[in-house]
Amino acid sequence: MAIVEARGLTKRFEDLTAVDHVSFSIEEGEIFGLLGPNGAGKTTTINMFTTLLTPTEGTAIVAGFDVTKKPNEVRRRIGLVPQDLTVDEDLTGRENMWLQSRLYGLRGSEVDEKISRLLDLVNLTDAADKRVEHYSGGMRKRLELVEGLINDPQVLFLDEPTLGLDVQTRSAIWSYIGDLRREKGITILLTTHYMEEADRLCDRVAIIDHGKIVALDTPSNLKASLGGDVIELEFTNGDGVSAKLESDPAILAVQREGLKFRVKAKNGDELLPRLMETLIGEGMRPSRVELVKPSLDQVYLEYTGKSLREEQGSSEEAWRFRRNVRSARA
Amino acid sequence: MTFIELYALTLRELRKLVRSPFLLFMTMVQPLLWLGLFGKAFNLNGLVQIPPDLLSQLPPALSSQIGKMFNEMFAQLFGGTTDYFSYLASGMLAVIILFTSMQSGMGIVWDRRFGFLDKLLAAPVSRASIVGAKVIYSVLRGLLQAILVFLIALALGLTLGPGTTLVTILAAFAALLLLNVSLSSIFAAIAIKVKSWETQMAVMNLLNLPLMFASNTLFPIERMPDWLQAAAKFNPLTYANDAMRQLFFRADSLDLQVLSQDFAILVSFAVVFTLVGFVVAVKGLKK
Repeated sequence: MAIVEARGLTKRFEDLTAVDHVSFSIEEGEIFGLLGPNGAGKTTTINMFTTLLTPTEGTAIVAGFDVTKKPNEVRRRIGLVPQDLTVDEDLTGRENMWLQSRLYGLRGSEVDEKISRLLDLVNLTDAADKRVEHYSGGMRKRLELVEGLINDPQVLFLDEPTLGLDVQTRSAIWSYIGDLRREKGITILLTTHYMEEADRLCDRVAIIDHGKIVALDTPSNLKASLGGDVIELEFTNGDGVSAKLESDPAILAVQREGLKFRVKAKNGDELLPRLMETLIGEGMRPSRVELVKPSLDQVYLEYTGKSLREEQGSSEEAWRFRRNVRSARA
Repeated sequence: MTFIELYALTLRELRKLVRSPFLLFMTMVQPLLWLGLFGKAFNLNGLVQIPPDLLSQLPPALSSQIGKMFNEMFAQLFGGTTDYFSYLASGMLAVIILFTSMQSGMGIVWDRRFGFLDKLLAAPVSRASIVGAKVIYSVLRGLLQAILVFLIALALGLTLGPGTTLVTILAAFAALLLLNVSLSSIFAAIAIKVKSWETQMAVMNLLNLPLMFASNTLFPIERMPDWLQAAAKFNPLTYANDAMRQLFFRADSLDLQVLSQDFAILVSFAVVFTLVGFVVAVKGLKK
């Protein structure tokens, strides 16, 4: 059953259409990624789902409730981890969590236990009573993540969860997100610039550009839509290989250069073991094998005409700028 | 709006305040400078002092009569006190309330800038609680700062009139409280409306001096030009100052009719500004 649904969702700001008749649905327990360049409408979409913005047109349903008609019912059932670091720097991690719990109407001693448990989940137990201004960027993001979990949300919205974090912290955040889905069955909608993130975490990815969804599928299908994988094979003796390869229905095309063969196929990773078995079974001796998967990077480039690397740079810059402004205030 | 929401959000603000006392100090610097420098330098009584060599030529009966006349003149102009420093000091209590409520508006703007406000808005918390906590915090902080300025002014030479009791002092602070509620609500609404900190700063700079000058804070309105007197009549600071000065300097001979009129106007300001402020603010939180 769909737990998040957008039907013709549209947001216009004066003369700019940030989100343009977007429709998709997310199944319960799914991790769904919104991928797109800066200003594509990712955050605007999340803001409509989380009741921060009223859609100009169309409907958004979250956990069974319409965001415009029953915003409070939606708010009770969702968690939001915004792109900015919004934890209060003057409070400790535990105080931030305490405040968040009260905002969701939670109280009592079991809430204190829950706070300790959540802080422990992201390894912040030792830092729980230190002020957030002394936290590293990764620690703040982890705190932000568990703040979004205080009300046991059915749907968690993550806006650029690992933007500006170092590689190690990023992979730690990924493993927390993966655990959440496995252990609690939370449905997650995330936006990201990081291809690796979308590829590793998301069950399905929607590529959004100029407010419209230009592609929506599983990462592997998206990659397959580029024309499939390439398997490179080298043989010590290439006699009969061509005929054998060309007769396989799963193989789309074969190119030969001496003893090297380039085989194009969908789902090359599934084909490769089978192919090896038949080839070796018929007495052919491959000396080298390489599987080249098309990357989501290429998919993104194909659909948006922009390279992701540039995108990463500019939004990390924006993020650093915000952090600098923040520390300049103090 | 629930008590627990208000409590949690107000506690957050108070914790922030306690942890950066610098902020508290910063808002107090200006009123204290006005008090210490302007209040001491602007020795209005000194202007009408008769030089000793002239005084010696006057018959003692006349000089004491002149002295009495000036004293009565000042007492009439200065709401009961004869000394400008005391007059100004009571005005500065209203000014610290004005500055603090503007400053608290700044906190709302920062919360929006850093996304904290969005996180509040994504929670099932009543919008009125978000505004309410800001107003409560601003009122508490304003009162705390007014008490500090009051104590400092006492140390610097603020002289209270005869008949002053704890009750009259508390009543004076009640007038300040009403002013505080009015200004805090209206500036919270403005801060939510303007959205950017640049605009908020501009609004603060635009309003702080006119509100201070177009009132009896620094100078009695009776001696102002008519147009300025008219403007001062719409300024809540005028009524808070008037009530405070009666209670600080004339506690032994209170004109209850004038005093209750001041309080009635202050209550009206508080009710209207709070209602308008809340409606505008809660509406401004929706996008």
